[in-house]
Amino acid sequence: MTTTQYRVIGTRPVRHDGADKVTGKAIYTADTKLPGMLAGFVLRSPHAHAKIISIDTSEAEATPGVHAVISNADFPNVEDKIADLGEGSVNLSYLSANCMAQKKVLYRGHAVAAVAATDVHIAEEAARKIKVEYEVLDSVTWVLDAMEENAPLLHEDLVTDSLGEKADKPSNVPVHLHFEKGDAATAFKEADVIVEREFKTATVHQGYIEPHAVVADYNEDGRLRIWTATQGSFTCRQQTAEILQIPLGNVLVTPCEIGGGFGGKITVYLEPTAALLSKKSGRPVRIAMTRADVFEASGPTPGSFMRVKLGAKNDGTLIAGEAWLAYDAGAYPGGMIGPGCMCVFSCYDIDHAIVDGYDVCLNKPKTSAYRAPGATQVAFATEQLVDEIAQKLGMCELEIREKNAVKEGSRRVDGPVYPPIGLVECLDALKQSEHWNTPLEGANQGRGIAAGFWFGCGLKSSAACTVNSDGTINLLEGSTDIGGSRTAIAMQLAEVLGLEANDINPQVGDTDTAGYTDVTGGSRVTFATGMAAYEAGRDLQQQMRTLAADLWDCSTDDITIGEDGVFSGNGKAVGFKALAVELFAAGEHLVGRATVAPECPTNGFGAQIADVEVDPETGKVTVLRYTTIQDAGKAIHPSYVEGQLQGGTVQGIGWALNEEYFYRDDDTMANASFLDYRMPTMLDVPMIDTIIVETGNPEHPYGVRGVGETPIVPPPAALANAIYNATDTRMTELPMSPPKLWKAMQSDQASE
Amino acid sequence: MSASKKVHVTTTINGEDIDFLCEPRHSLLEVLRDNLGLTGSKEGCNNGNCGACTVLLNGRPVDSCLVLGAEVEGAEIETVEGIACNSNLHPVQECFLEGAALQCGICTPGFMVASKALLEKDPHASEETIRFDLSGNLCRCTGYDKIVRAVQAAGQKMSTEV
Amino acid sequence: MKEFDYLAPESVSEVVSVISEHGDRAKLLAGGTDIIVQLREGLREADVVVDIKKIDEVTSFKYSEENGLSLGAAVACYHLYEHPELSRLYGALADSTHIIGGWQIQSRASVGGNLCNASPAADSIPSLIALNATAVIAGPNGERTVAVQDFCTGPGRNVLENGELLVSIQIPAQCSNSGSAYERFIPRNEMDIAVVGVGSWVRLSADGTIVEARISLGAVAATPLFAEEASASLAGKQPTEENFTAAGELAKQIATPISDMRGTDEYRAHLVGVLVKRTLTTAAERAQN
Repeated sequence: MTTTQYRVIGTRPVRHDGADKVTGKAIYTADTKLPGMLAGFVLRSPHAHAKIISIDTSEAEATPGVHAVISNADFPNVEDKIADLGEGSVNLSYLSANCMAQKKVLYRGHAVAAVAATDVHIAEEAARKIKVEYEVLDSVTWVLDAMEENAPLLHEDLVTDSLGEKADKPSNVPVHLHFEKGDAATAFKEADVIVEREFKTATVHQGYIEPHAVVADYNEDGRLRIWTATQGSFTCRQQTAEILQIPLGNVLVTPCEIGGGFGGKITVYLEPTAALLSKKSGRPVRIAMTRADVFEASGPTPGSFMRVKLGAKNDGTLIAGEAWLAYDAGAYPGGMIGPGCMCVFSCYDIDHAIVDGYDVCLNKPKTSAYRAPGATQVAFATEQLVDEIAQKLGMCELEIREKNAVKEGSRRVDGPVYPPIGLVECLDALKQSEHWNTPLEGANQGRGIAAGFWFGCGLKSSAACTVNSDGTINLLEGSTDIGGSRTAIAMQLAEVLGLEANDINPQVGDTDTAGYTDVTGGSRVTFATGMAAYEAGRDLQQQMRTLAADLWDCSTDDITIGEDGVFSGNGKAVGFKALAVELFAAGEHLVGRATVAPECPTNGFGAQIADVEVDPETGKVTVLRYTTIQDAGKAIHPSYVEGQLQGGTVQGIGWALNEEYFYRDDDTMANASFLDYRMPTMLDVPMIDTIIVETGNPEHPYGVRGVGETPIVPPPAALANAIYNATDTRMTELPMSPPKLWKAMQSDQASE
Repeated sequence: MSASKKVHVTTTINGEDIDFLCEPRHSLLEVLRDNLGLTGSKEGCNNGNCGACTVLLNGRPVDSCLVLGAEVEGAEIETVEGIACNSNLHPVQECFLEGAALQCGICTPGFMVASKALLEKDPHASEETIRFDLSGNLCRCTGYDKIVRAVQAAGQKMSTEV
Repeated sequence: MKEFDYLAPESVSEVVSVISEHGDRAKLLAGGTDIIVQLREGLREADVVVDIKKIDEVTSFKYSEENGLSLGAAVACYHLYEHPELSRLYGALADSTHIIGGWQIQSRASVGGNLCNASPAADSIPSLIALNATAVIAGPNGERTVAVQDFCTGPGRNVLENGELLVSIQIPAQCSNSGSAYERFIPRNEMDIAVVGVGSWVRLSADGTIVEARISLGAVAATPLFAEEASASLAGKQPTEENFTAAGELAKQIATPISDMRGTDEYRAHLVGVLVKRTLTTAAERAQN
């Protein structure tokens, strides 16, 4: 499949929405303006943990220019309903309370009230006149502290579910997960070498440049129209409808162009609030988060504590693994501990393993997915231990990975058996790469490698295409486009029909016009929505075959469709466009459609090489050279695949070296701005070389595997391994910022 | 309500004479986006740390979130909306598109303005200079690799065009 | 942001009378890169914002071999590093202004504003101190001067009294065998506040011996500091790594760094030594060329 020569797939056309994006014409949510629109401002808790005793909005309401004020009293009671949001179930009362605090505030930044006024400054001034009486409670922001017996309790009724059994006392731990494969205890006894370490990772944020924003218009006819920056208009619609307790069909969500998501724009934050303000004021309302709000009140990743152990034989075979993982859930249950448990040993064929994972509530904003959620943390642990074992055995770190890499038929600790996958091919590409074969010899320099994995899901997508009278196609799909996906989807349709990418006008529809489509996330869009577009194309072809049979006076079975989309039958051979024009002229107009729900993951594996130089006087790490290698199955638009690899890698570099939430003594965030939340600038990273491996995914017509998430998994580990090779100092905490690395190097030197 | 007295400002934006009224506390970014409908410049942080609001003020790149509307009396402003010439894209715009140097596109307007200023100053800017001069423009999607290459390609185009 | 009035006077005396009238409720606006953020975040408040950029005296600069550099308080950073002669003569100040906050910030932010904002971590102040700069202040009682090393009195506080404003900064003329440099440590490569910043200036004799040195430390005390003892220790010494390291050790002694999210006190103290050594080395190289 991957050796097929395609016409469109594998080329690099300019994206369909490109001109709008480079001219400033593209409309993002905060650009949206409706007549009579008011500006909203959300009042947020200054405390990390407190009971709300009272809220007095009277002064705010009396302020000239203010049209509506809301608080928890305006939100319907959703009790403890569980809603299925398509990619997991969610407790609605938690979701609602996260949008507007009910009886308690659980993190600094937790919304407590909101104002709509004629401009945002007036709204802000009025909001500051709202009197909220708090009873401040003890708070906790470190995962192990939150697990202690006497830790401040966030939810009075939360008890731990441990393998289906409920604990009898409340705690901050909603769930304990346990996975077992083989007999790890015995296997460790048989190991020739064992390494075990504890690791800590700090909270980091997705850091999208566009803050959350929403425009809500509660129409007089009862329909609620929402324009929003969301990765999933259908899940946004459902969450909003459920929280407001209004019929799903009354809500229309229009996804505007979106300025980055990375998993952080799937949960709703502002939509219900904006809707209620609109309903109360009778006007459309726009709310945008400030940058500080984004950090303090939208879901970052879990911080974590991990204890991981690996055992191996002298020949380098990994035979036993053990992991104890505690991940932040944030203020409400439902963190990323599950994927963390599943990914900790996902790259290596280890016969015996035992994994315990704990989801832990604490006084931070509720965590959200951040590109391969939960995987980067465990990779930081496991990939370093693999290096350590290699070192103890005098083995090359690439060789030990090649020896133990999972393949088709390997079973993961949580049960699934891998179908055909591409880790071995990635490691091979690493071995052949120019980077790996270029010696690194400078003082204080080191090279590190790491592997990474993410599932890549399928879920549901829909596509519909209408054929224009000139044979071009309007493609309607429902995947919000964060990175150029509408073009990759259009290219797959173009390929199957024998058209050019420019013959397709792709459009991202809203929840009224597009067929049901799950989120843009999970590395699924090029795979699943592309598949839907392909199937819609196939649907079109079958219809045209039947109609052509009429035109050409033969039977449908007599007409074949070639790889190039040419229809042949009864002595004729006509391309798609020509046939479409002919059919249209004959009075036949065409609509093709498809819905898909592929169940299998696409299994994206990758490996990365990092070269660093460490300044011994300051502990500062300079990334000298970086190569990211990943199995894309088949790269539809190579430039955008490269872009995913490079973007995820640089996020990982930031996570590794400088990004973290700093907390003050009162558990409020000290660095809620881009000044001190230090994401990489372009001066902080080198070029990121990429190598796309294409093993071909048998589950997709063109072999696509999802690529978006895996690149963020290896960087902290690759850099940690590189730092170790440069300095002999092993860093077990993220970020590996200069003060920490310098201190660790000092300690190591002192103990020599 | 005592609204502070509005200021009447006369300025030139993208070559056109424009005047507007604004409150003293309104930033240039707010004026562009809310008063004048020029929503191409974006708010990413509102405190001068991300460059998404970059415009040229008298030929120099500035963060428009840190300029008051009142301050631009008599000034010349260029925004992303003024970079293309009629229907023709500017080389930086073309090269960003050809080089796939954008993903979500929210930082792109800022990069358009800053890159144009950089390349007009120095069309042969080295990778190092590009990375240094554009370090005030954050991008979270691309990892910067393709952006640097697109700026270099645009510089080449600009120095060969008459 | 709370509302305020906006004025753009055209003379220093007009500014003096406005700010005398409003006292602390008036805030001066030069580049705006600090004050607008502070007003927006409620860290400072104003009833009236006074834009001083229409005043020629404050927005112009002049260099002469006799009098050195007279730098208007609102002159933007980029002038210091884009001007070929000034950037050569005042290396430390060119270093500082080229790394304050990125190109967009440097188009607007002024050295004068950086000084008046009086952040302990300000990037231009150690350079000004190393270059022995003087602040020229205008007020209701006329003009006065204050050495820059005495200008800051605490984090965010300076010597300006009610009704006073900084009009210009005077930096002495430079002779051919002097050189200066500024370096800061930050975790990234740009856009960060200094964890530690050091400005150094040396003047060499014809045979290459140090005649005079001035070392200034930033971000390790409540205000930027002039390291008097460390500076004096270099007189008559050779510009060697050993001597520079020793000066660094002396400089460390006056530093009283804190631990915060940008670094620990131990780390900052250590960096003082590293950066003193590095800036003296660069300053000496520039003096030799």
